[in-house]
Amino acid sequence: MFGKLTLDALKHGPIESGVSYSVGIVAIIVITLLFYFKGWEGLWKGWITTLDPKRIGRMYLIVSLLMLFKGVVDAGMIRAQLAFSVGESHGYLESNHFQQIFTAHGTSMIFFVGMGVVFGLLNIIVPLQIGARDVAFPFLNSLSFWLFSVGAILVNLSLMVGNFSGAGWLPYPPLSELQYSPDVGIDYWIWSVQIAGIGSLLSGVNFFVTILKMRAPGMTLMRMPLFTWSALNAMVLVIFAFPILTVALALLSLDRTLGMHFFTTDGGGNPMLFVNLIWAWGHPEVYILILPFFGVFSEVVSTFSEKRLFGYTSMVWALAAITFLSFLVWLHHFFTMGAGANVNAFFGVMTMLIAVPTGVKVFNWLFTMYGGRIHFKTPMLWFLAFIFIFGTGGMTGVLMAIPPADYQVHNSLFLIAHFHSMVIGGVLFGFFAAYSYWFPKVFGFTLNEKIGRYAFWCWFMGFILAIMPLYVLGMMGATRRLDHYDASTGWQPLYIVAAVGIIFIVLGVILQNIQLLASIAERRRNRDYTGDPWNGRTLEWATSSPPKFYNFAFVPEVHGRDAFWSMKQAEKAGGEHEHHYEAIHMPKRSGMGFYIGMWVFLLGFGLIWHIWWLVALTFLGMLIFTIIRLSDDEPEQLIPASKIKRIDLTKRHVHNGHS
Amino acid sequence: MKAKYLLGILFWIVALALAFGLLYKHYDQIAMLNPKGWVAEQQKDLMWLATWLMLLVVLPVFIMTGWIAWKYRASNPHAKYTPDWDNSYLAEAVWWGFPLLIVSVLSVVTYTSSHKLDPYKPLESDTTPLKVQVVALQWKWLFIYPEQKIASVNLLQIPEKTPINFEITSDAPMNSFWIPELGGQIYAMSGMRTKLHLIADQPGEFAGSSANLSGVGFSGMRFTTKATSQQGFDEWVKKAQSSSQSLEAKSYEQLAIPSEYNPVALFTLKDPELFETILHQTMQME
Amino acid sequence: MGTASHAGTGQETYERTVFGFWVYLMTDCILFATLFATYVVLQNNLNGGPSGKELFHLPFALSETLILLVSSFTSGLAVMAAQNLKKVPTLTWLGATFLLGLAFIILEVTEFTHLVQEGNSWQRSAFLSSFFTLVGTHGAHITSGLLWILVMLFQIAFRGINIASLRRVACLGLFWHFLDVIWIFIFTIVYLMGAL
Repeated sequence: MFGKLTLDALKHGPIESGVSYSVGIVAIIVITLLFYFKGWEGLWKGWITTLDPKRIGRMYLIVSLLMLFKGVVDAGMIRAQLAFSVGESHGYLESNHFQQIFTAHGTSMIFFVGMGVVFGLLNIIVPLQIGARDVAFPFLNSLSFWLFSVGAILVNLSLMVGNFSGAGWLPYPPLSELQYSPDVGIDYWIWSVQIAGIGSLLSGVNFFVTILKMRAPGMTLMRMPLFTWSALNAMVLVIFAFPILTVALALLSLDRTLGMHFFTTDGGGNPMLFVNLIWAWGHPEVYILILPFFGVFSEVVSTFSEKRLFGYTSMVWALAAITFLSFLVWLHHFFTMGAGANVNAFFGVMTMLIAVPTGVKVFNWLFTMYGGRIHFKTPMLWFLAFIFIFGTGGMTGVLMAIPPADYQVHNSLFLIAHFHSMVIGGVLFGFFAAYSYWFPKVFGFTLNEKIGRYAFWCWFMGFILAIMPLYVLGMMGATRRLDHYDASTGWQPLYIVAAVGIIFIVLGVILQNIQLLASIAERRRNRDYTGDPWNGRTLEWATSSPPKFYNFAFVPEVHGRDAFWSMKQAEKAGGEHEHHYEAIHMPKRSGMGFYIGMWVFLLGFGLIWHIWWLVALTFLGMLIFTIIRLSDDEPEQLIPASKIKRIDLTKRHVHNGHS
Repeated sequence: MKAKYLLGILFWIVALALAFGLLYKHYDQIAMLNPKGWVAEQQKDLMWLATWLMLLVVLPVFIMTGWIAWKYRASNPHAKYTPDWDNSYLAEAVWWGFPLLIVSVLSVVTYTSSHKLDPYKPLESDTTPLKVQVVALQWKWLFIYPEQKIASVNLLQIPEKTPINFEITSDAPMNSFWIPELGGQIYAMSGMRTKLHLIADQPGEFAGSSANLSGVGFSGMRFTTKATSQQGFDEWVKKAQSSSQSLEAKSYEQLAIPSEYNPVALFTLKDPELFETILHQTMQME
Repeated sequence: MGTASHAGTGQETYERTVFGFWVYLMTDCILFATLFATYVVLQNNLNGGPSGKELFHLPFALSETLILLVSSFTSGLAVMAAQNLKKVPTLTWLGATFLLGLAFIILEVTEFTHLVQEGNSWQRSAFLSSFFTLVGTHGAHITSGLLWILVMLFQIAFRGINIASLRRVACLGLFWHFLDVIWIFIFTIVYLMGAL
């Protein structure tokens, strides 16, 4: 009746039970508050059914930040375990639980934090930067967000019902096959990632078409801001790479559910095939994560140096080179699988080549600063930390690109230190820079700079303490994913230093939360009335803070790069001209994304627990609702010109903003 | 203002002191910097070479970053503000070209070293190599010495200055066979035979482990590699040959039952073809 | 280029949607390419079981191919009729496409059932797993296409041909042609090369 699901699935150890109860209590509090403040209607109309990418983006960021919190807690638990699990002591976590924690840590961080912040930012900023009012496919956008959330929900559900995978963030067969992992953990992983992955793929198509087809008149490709260019390249990567992930996950689930033999040890299966497929997706994935933040840094450095970005054309070509090359390097993730010297050498050389365009970008950023007037607001601090961390991380990357060197450090903490340098130094610090930079645009007031700086230093110092010892530990022979080691190894002092680093990072996170609360408290003092708090150069600053739901009352005419900067110069010279308001088509709200998402959630749950009647029912439900939505002939509404004029003039009269 | 900076500087001093202190104290335990075998020695040299070559690019970048950030800070009235200078073909040529040059050099190094240090390539030596067959189990390592007709669990004893020809497979999920003081690793995979060639240049005890997650007991997959004189090795072989436990199909099945943190065990090898049997049991391609 | 202000007009939505659908088809192409790669890697892992040579009947596969080719032609006619706003011919050609597609699926299901009944299911070997998955995924896409045709038949019958249904029929046509192209690859790589 309920497949593999029994009451045993609810039995958990003290830590998991504690977390489950806490989540339950928070949920009850939130629901109670919603009733008390009569917020259901607002929640439904304003957020759950919205097709406004500015709001969808914020929802992505909220989910991502919740998953980041969980991921940091996971990291803390890992470091706490390893600081004490020496010799006689086996720490406070059982191996089984420990393995689920690092698996959840990696899975959450890559799929639900990384991808979440990327799509969150793209949603909020890209339409604004290209002078558009929406994305190409607004409903698809909503659906993507809900699929993403369903994935996140499934990961968290595994904490309460059943268990998660313990096979690492990419579960290699044969370990992930039924023979060695018969419980539902791997299935939770497969379906949460598969569902979220389809959401990402749909968004990839969406933003690709948006950028190519919906730019404001006059904005040729070579006049687009670098952030939009980086988004375009990232979407190309999504389009080419995510189908590979879809297949790899599907094949693994077919092995586990229908007894197929793609990657099994018997029946002629080939586990090495999974490794190849998953990394053919996996390497482009890490570039999907980083490229948008290269774009962020281009905006940040240029704005805070009061200078045009250096080498625009070179920067665009560098992005393209990175995008192209990222498909030719996947084997460097498994040099030690024994492909032979020539194959290994080829992929090693390809890997090193990527360092060249990446380095080019760094030089161009530095030369943007050269001859500029640099203001060290928090976004610039994050950038400087990025240079240092990404630089050292990149060096170790090139080192590992030499196969014989990799034979030593592969799967050791040296590897862990390398990629954490890239994701934390690059993706996360890039996100923090983006957060500080665009916060006033989204919320209408600036963040408290002072607390932001304290938070930055805690994060930076914490990172150094948490990650640098790992390089040394790796060279001492410490493997990744260990939950215990001998005292004779001499590793403990370094593990303790790493644990102290996490404490600093947690302090940084706390300070960031304090910063948010303090900024909200002082928001009237720090309100952004002009829409342009940093003297920005790109079109998103040409709107009010926050922008109206239609973004631009008048579609901007673009005459060059740094469109907004030229607009400001022209205004100083000439002054404003009369505008003629027009009616605007905007999408209607729709709950279908949410509904289809809920069907998919139940479908995923059924697939995980082998509840076949639920699978059939929910698949049908999903299908019917999809057909209903796709048969809607009138998904848009016409906003009359008078309404646009009224909203726009109110804003302009009170806040003296730009048009 | 001042207290803040003082705290920050103090942090960095403490951190650096800690770093250098720990490095100094535990230097001998940094396996990759203290290789005990030719292969690991080559790999160490390779890592240093790569590091120096890259520092040629990276160090200037760090210095430039610091200098540019300092000189062009907005509060500096002496810096020249050139807001429209956004292109330089010379600069582009330099920073596309110079790193490309470094990468080209490294590419040659990559190609040659990939061949020189190919795990499948036998080591050059006048001494007759010793053949050791390795089976990754859950969660211990089985070492089969077919020519000596012995086997051991979690103890790899070898003579020093002798090339060891490893053949590796797995009767468990994917593992990775790794002895960092002697050289790099290679995956142990079910139904497949991978090869590794290592040599110990001096006697000693070296830690080995599995470098690929293979389940709950993975952390316990540690083994000791003991390199002794030829005489010491021969004595150990004799000891194993007189072991009360023997390893053949049935006792192997017992051994293969999942267990963690296995103590060292020695066996006589009844069936010298055991490795091939295990390999073909798990290999079902055709 | 500048379409932001006219985000609602049918023409722009049509162009944008069709372009977006092309991009989606590219992702589907990569999906099939991955399945093909998997098939090629695993096609000789027979686990002691039969190979393609023993299992595939070329005449059978050829008939499936011809059926699909003709259905591609009829779908093209349907799109043309829709673009000429001719309701009855559109419905006729869509209906013909549906019947041909249905025939294809019936033939494929017959082939699959036969294989399973003889003990050569997807559980027999890696080769058969990849065969069933590759060909089966294509079959699942065709089935989705059949469902799509049914929905379009209803929509056009009751609402007539408007800008929305025209847009959807255009995408359907692209989808159907795409699946025919994929089938040509399946026929070549799986059946032809397997049997020879």
